[in-house]
Amino acid sequence: MKAVHNLLDTIRPHFAEGGKLSKLWVVYDSLETFAFTPGHATKNGTHIRDGVDLKRTMFMVILALIPALMFGTWNQGHQYLLSIGEIAPTDPMMTALWDKLFIGAVKVLPLVVVSYGVGLGIEFLFAGMRGHSINEGYLVSGMLIPLIMPVDCPLWMVALAVAFAVIIAKEVFGGTGMNILNVALTARAFLFFAYPKQLSGEIWIHQVKASAEAGLLADGYTGATALGYLASTVGKGLDEPAVTGVMSMFGAQGMFSFSNSLLGLIPGSIGETSALAILLGAALLIWTGIGSWKIMSSFLAGGLVMGFLFNLLGLNAYMTLPAIHQVVMGGFMFGMVFMATDPVSAAQTERGKWIYGFFGGFLSIMIRVFNPAYPEGVMMAILFMNVMAPLIDHYVIEANIGKREKRALAAQSAPA
Amino acid sequence: MTRTIRIKKGADIRLKGRPSPLVDRAPFATFFAVQPPNYLGIVPKLEVKEGVHVKAGSPLFHSKENTEVKFLSPVSGVVSQVLRGEKRRILAVVVESDGKNESQAFAPIDPEAEDRQTLVSAIAERGFFALIEQRPFATIANPSDVPRSIHVSGFDSAPLAADMEVVLAGREAAFQTGIHTLRKLANGSNVQLGLRAGQSFYNAIDGIDRYVFDGPHPTGNVGVQIHHTCPINKGEVAWTMHAEDVANLGETLTSGAYCAKRTIALGGSECEEPRHIQTLLGSAISSLVGSVNDEDVRIISGNPLTGDRTSNNGFLGGLHHQVCLLPEGNKPKFLLTDGWLGMGFDKFSLSKSYPTWLLPKSKEFIMDTCNNGEERAFVVTGQYEPVFPFDIFPVQLLKSILANDIDAMEKLGIYEVAPEDFALCEYACTSKIAVQSIIRSGLDMMKKELG
Repeated sequence: MKAVHNLLDTIRPHFAEGGKLSKLWVVYDSLETFAFTPGHATKNGTHIRDGVDLKRTMFMVILALIPALMFGTWNQGHQYLLSIGEIAPTDPMMTALWDKLFIGAVKVLPLVVVSYGVGLGIEFLFAGMRGHSINEGYLVSGMLIPLIMPVDCPLWMVALAVAFAVIIAKEVFGGTGMNILNVALTARAFLFFAYPKQLSGEIWIHQVKASAEAGLLADGYTGATALGYLASTVGKGLDEPAVTGVMSMFGAQGMFSFSNSLLGLIPGSIGETSALAILLGAALLIWTGIGSWKIMSSFLAGGLVMGFLFNLLGLNAYMTLPAIHQVVMGGFMFGMVFMATDPVSAAQTERGKWIYGFFGGFLSIMIRVFNPAYPEGVMMAILFMNVMAPLIDHYVIEANIGKREKRALAAQSAPA
Repeated sequence: MTRTIRIKKGADIRLKGRPSPLVDRAPFATFFAVQPPNYLGIVPKLEVKEGVHVKAGSPLFHSKENTEVKFLSPVSGVVSQVLRGEKRRILAVVVESDGKNESQAFAPIDPEAEDRQTLVSAIAERGFFALIEQRPFATIANPSDVPRSIHVSGFDSAPLAADMEVVLAGREAAFQTGIHTLRKLANGSNVQLGLRAGQSFYNAIDGIDRYVFDGPHPTGNVGVQIHHTCPINKGEVAWTMHAEDVANLGETLTSGAYCAKRTIALGGSECEEPRHIQTLLGSAISSLVGSVNDEDVRIISGNPLTGDRTSNNGFLGGLHHQVCLLPEGNKPKFLLTDGWLGMGFDKFSLSKSYPTWLLPKSKEFIMDTCNNGEERAFVVTGQYEPVFPFDIFPVQLLKSILANDIDAMEKLGIYEVAPEDFALCEYACTSKIAVQSIIRSGLDMMKKELG
């Protein structure tokens, strides 16, 4: 490895100030520090430093995303083959494993490449302009973005969304660590509002429209997601045939049964479908302490509480869906584990995290059920709570300040 | 009755090379130095010139603001050099010992018999105001203040720190006199001693409020102890003193000869024989550690979390009771072997992303001085709080300092903290932020603002 480092040392002058390639210093610097933790020794202050740095932290999040990524890739192939009747829902999961993975990879990999390519490109540009080194934040955002995209989302839209999110949500605020909104969710929200028509309906299963036109589509497959179906029941009577038809899909034998939703064998954004794969990642994040268990658990509690309240109300078919079924559908789990816990945009005080998480989960289910135009309530809820997080922190800190002021007053009035 | 205070937050960094209880007498050093930068909050005014003969206890310089705060020579000899830095700032006044160790003769004093004012001037004359620190601002104490309380930490919890039982062994009488003196300074009451369960040295000491502290570092920090017994409010002043200096103060008052003993802990993975060494304040580092290649070995005066980097030609810091030798971490680390993606079985980390938690609790680690990453913005949250045993929001306080927001700093509790209280936050920081120096700048800003 010494040889590699010597090589880096010899080409360094070209990139250093005054060198031919000095404009590319950021690129050189980020690659060098990626391969070799620099031999920067501490000055004064603490002479020893913990081994953990932002690179390792971000890498742990990527590791936590791998189960969802792998499963999502497989599931896109699975859904495609199901939709054209190539396989039956009763077939074992390993049937046509390589076909499924191949189809999934062909769809997912380009999304990942576009997300990283565009996002990192912009990051390099801004770092170069500002003379900063590259922050690692986008390594995670760049993986999150493809995982919350519908499989047939056009690549140009992804590129546009990434550019919007990185520039507007992050760089204008000063880069990694300074943003108010979660970057990945901003990308998703951008698409949701900028291209509502393209982003609804028929892009959740690969080529579902083409299959339908060719008359290949298997019975019951329309390419809509669980939340899309449920949204269609709102405003209708509980026993209308259309409603009972939809609700039967959520029964034990239905396409969106609890077990299918938990395992993730349903259409949806690439990474969001499998609650199980997401919870595997959550276990790693909680264990390493990188994802806040407080946010995750209170988020879950908030969602369940709202779900139970709806169960009690039972005003429409959507409300009657068991709370536990609500939280394994749609983006709830993915949002809970990977989006709400983003330390930069979440509440930063420990008590604030409980409040932030609870309302995040609570609002997710509420928005989802109350407003069928926004089936994905999680995105709205988390972005809303991102905006609210500083306010929550403010009151938590005010309480601490108040305590200190009270103590000072008591000391003043006490006899010396 | 002693109250036991249990503190859960904090961390013991298990460094290799902990000092054995053995106490060695250092070979008598030729050079000693008193270094003004060690004493925060003072501007030095020289009282001697190069070539002048001084005794142990002769003033070398005093504080420009409080002329009675004097800084004394620990030995007798000749002022060989006044080291200056940028803008002619005085870095050290070096005394070459003549080996006779003649002391200035002060009148012996019985602290119980004197009134407070006489005692204050006597202590100042004997150079001990240089060794009393104050909160807020963590600077040298001002003799014109009357402290609300005086605090002495009876143990040191820092990595590789000295064992106070070893340091103070046999000095009960001197320590007792010192405590009586402090009691007088605090107007007869409220001198607090923080100790660990199982310490026997302090059993017979009276005139003091005892608190037993149980928990990892930084429970031994006097600031943590103050926070848990009687936190400092705006306008209040508390004084703090190192236990060994309390004994030195007692001995000096009783005997009339300046006593500047230092029983330091010499430790660290690069130290051949980690042990305690008896020496004097400001002695040359080379007399303590022998010859060390200071390119590859970091010589630290003080503990590894808060100390000052020094060199073969350096001197023991005025308020330091510890010297550590750690490997220099100035070599690049390849990502897979020992860099950020390595398994890291040989790394001590508070983060569970390293396997430290899997390894036996008795394992000690060799840590070098590598930053282990580059500085970044605040990203990860919730990592300072578990190692910061204060009812204060550390990150928010830091941010208020970075924003120069005096009002917020005050509200968030800056009066209660010293940089050393944040040392573990700095250690644990994923973003490698220089936490202690930010706190220092905040304290300086605050002090300037309040005048």
